[in-house]
Amino acid sequence: MSQDAHTDEHRDDIGSRFGMWLFIFTELLLFAGLFITYSVFRYKNWQAFHLAAEELDVFIGALNTVILLISSATIAMSITALQQKRKILSLSLMGFTLLVGVIFLVNKYFEWSLKFEHGLYPGSETLVDLGKGEVLFFGLYFFMTGLHALHIIAGLVFIGIVFHRVFKDRITHDNFVHLENAGLYWHLVDVIWIFLFPLFYLIT
Amino acid sequence: MSLQQDTRKEPSFYEVKKHKGIFAWLLSTDHKRIGLMYLYLIMSFFVIGAVLGLLMKLELIAPNKTIMEAQTYNGFFTLHGIIMIFLIVIPGLPAVFGNFFLPILIGAKDVAFPRLNLLSWYIYVLGAIIAISSQFAGGGPPDTGWTFYAPYSFKTSTNMLPAVLGAFTLGFSSILTGLNFIVTIHRMRAPGMTWMKMPLFPWTLYGTAWIQLLATPVVGITLLMTVGERLFNIGFFDPALGGDPILYQHLFWIYSHPAVYIMILPAMGAISEILPTFSQKTIYGYKAIVISTIAIAFVGYFVWGHHMFTSGMSGIALYVFSILTFLVAIPSGVKIFNWISTIYKGSINLRTPFYWAISFIFVFMIGGLTGLVLGALATNVHVHDTHFVVAHFHYIVFGGVGFAFFAAIHYWFPKMYGRMYDETWANMGWLIFFIGFNTLYLPMFVLGMAGMPRRYFDYLPEFHGGNIISSLGAVVMIMGLIIIIFNLFRSAKIGPIANKDPWHGKTLEWTIDSPPSLENFEEDIEITEGPYEYE
Repeated sequence: MSQDAHTDEHRDDIGSRFGMWLFIFTELLLFAGLFITYSVFRYKNWQAFHLAAEELDVFIGALNTVILLISSATIAMSITALQQKRKILSLSLMGFTLLVGVIFLVNKYFEWSLKFEHGLYPGSETLVDLGKGEVLFFGLYFFMTGLHALHIIAGLVFIGIVFHRVFKDRITHDNFVHLENAGLYWHLVDVIWIFLFPLFYLIT
Repeated sequence: MSLQQDTRKEPSFYEVKKHKGIFAWLLSTDHKRIGLMYLYLIMSFFVIGAVLGLLMKLELIAPNKTIMEAQTYNGFFTLHGIIMIFLIVIPGLPAVFGNFFLPILIGAKDVAFPRLNLLSWYIYVLGAIIAISSQFAGGGPPDTGWTFYAPYSFKTSTNMLPAVLGAFTLGFSSILTGLNFIVTIHRMRAPGMTWMKMPLFPWTLYGTAWIQLLATPVVGITLLMTVGERLFNIGFFDPALGGDPILYQHLFWIYSHPAVYIMILPAMGAISEILPTFSQKTIYGYKAIVISTIAIAFVGYFVWGHHMFTSGMSGIALYVFSILTFLVAIPSGVKIFNWISTIYKGSINLRTPFYWAISFIFVFMIGGLTGLVLGALATNVHVHDTHFVVAHFHYIVFGGVGFAFFAAIHYWFPKMYGRMYDETWANMGWLIFFIGFNTLYLPMFVLGMAGMPRRYFDYLPEFHGGNIISSLGAVVMIMGLIIIIFNLFRSAKIGPIANKDPWHGKTLEWTIDSPPSLENFEEDIEITEGPYEYE
């Protein structure tokens, strides 16, 4: 008997979803290290954090939040669509999710470039002159939103692969656990942003 | 001795090859082949790490420079630590024996995600390559020690980046293995195997897997932050920019203390398999061992501060961490009690794995009790960062995990290779190793209490005597190691054919062919009784 036969004949959707949830736990703990660092430094430098947060553009931040919330809804809808055997609808909802995910990154790019123009990036002299609290705030800002952006990219790749597999009918209405897992991962990315947004933009 | 081949219906997994040549291994998703691939890599790294250790002991055989410069010594203890911790003892038993025997012990055909399992192996290889590459490029070998303490880890001109990124990558592999094992244990136990009928090695792997899953990401992010420090000058841990180096120590030990339990829990599991088999007696207090396993995994999260008693913490934090450290010793003590009670009045079969298992208890107790000396605040301040600490963690990590690893490999060798090793040589190797090990590390306790600091290539003349004994012990131990490895290597090729159940064990692996067939079990099995029903 070939080796693949004995791996492929075994299918366990609950196990697969369970594995995804465990992976999501690890991602949350990865960010937890940064949230702890944030709270420690905020406690020590609350005044500087207040001033530095006012440099951020609440409009772009809010826009990106709305974008991610909508995309979370569309990826969830694409799962339901596939369950109802509406493949085209499911694919277009996934396509929409991918599109707005990219728009999120474009917004992020413009936001970051603006900060760089103002000299607000780790290692710049302008920032060092502002003071230690500002250095830490923008260090955390770039590190956490940067890591989050990497997760957005990972999520987009994940959804892209699933998109391809749905298109090729390898993920179907009775075998959609990979699509569900991609959706779960995308929700994780969304949830982390829900916490990043108030911590950096709203608490001033 | 009946020849195993006579009775087998299916070919062994060695004979089923989907790909040609080396690719039969490199592309195989079979948990047994993956386990063996880990074994070969880990043993190779172990030889390198052991040689580095031996060279350091030779440097310390006399005061002043003996065979190497101070900076070389710094590079050696760093690489020794990185190899031994990240490449050997953390993956160690789960990756090798967990992969090979977890599915068999719970009556499954493979792990839950076989392809992910192979991917973990490749990530391990990638991480190892990245970590080792730090030796050959940039500003010379890293010299921070395996803990990468800030701020030195981003101030030193040596080649830190690959070492830190390698450790990060290896963590990824560890997480995926843990994830795989948790889902396997939840979803793939044979019909009838309730949680409380599961053998103890899978139980300890279960505890370990949760620690791998929940603690590793914390060190992952800490290492990424260190990368950020080095590349972008962010300032999280740099006091000059407002950061806090103590924060690094906290974040690092939040993982790296539980990592000790990642190492030791499966070792305890292997011992819990071996002792009933060689005593032909039901394990004493199965439930107590299960509960203490979970207790160690849980309490182990909250004791990291005992690595930092002299780093600067509030008085209350010191007391809390000290008390918790004492608490975590209780479940370990429970296990020792259970093991001894298991042997008591058993019909003991004095074979090689049994020698390893009882010597494990001996060295583990020395390591554990000296751990309490370090967990107490007053004595800790006295022996902090001395050779006492070095001796303590080698008794736990090398004495505990290493002895259990050798116990496990001698126990399961006939199942893995279908052949038996030469027991006379194996016993002799064990005896020499055991004597060498204790000669090497016992004097370090005394040296540490006398005040000899760790991590220096030189020492005051008054420490000379102890160091001579210790270094000679290292030579003896390496001789034992050579005998052990050579014997195993040779026996895998030309040892006498072993039968299915050479030790009269009761767990599932002894009911199937040696070596197992590709799908482990030829017919569906149903579990009706506990794993160690000898009476």
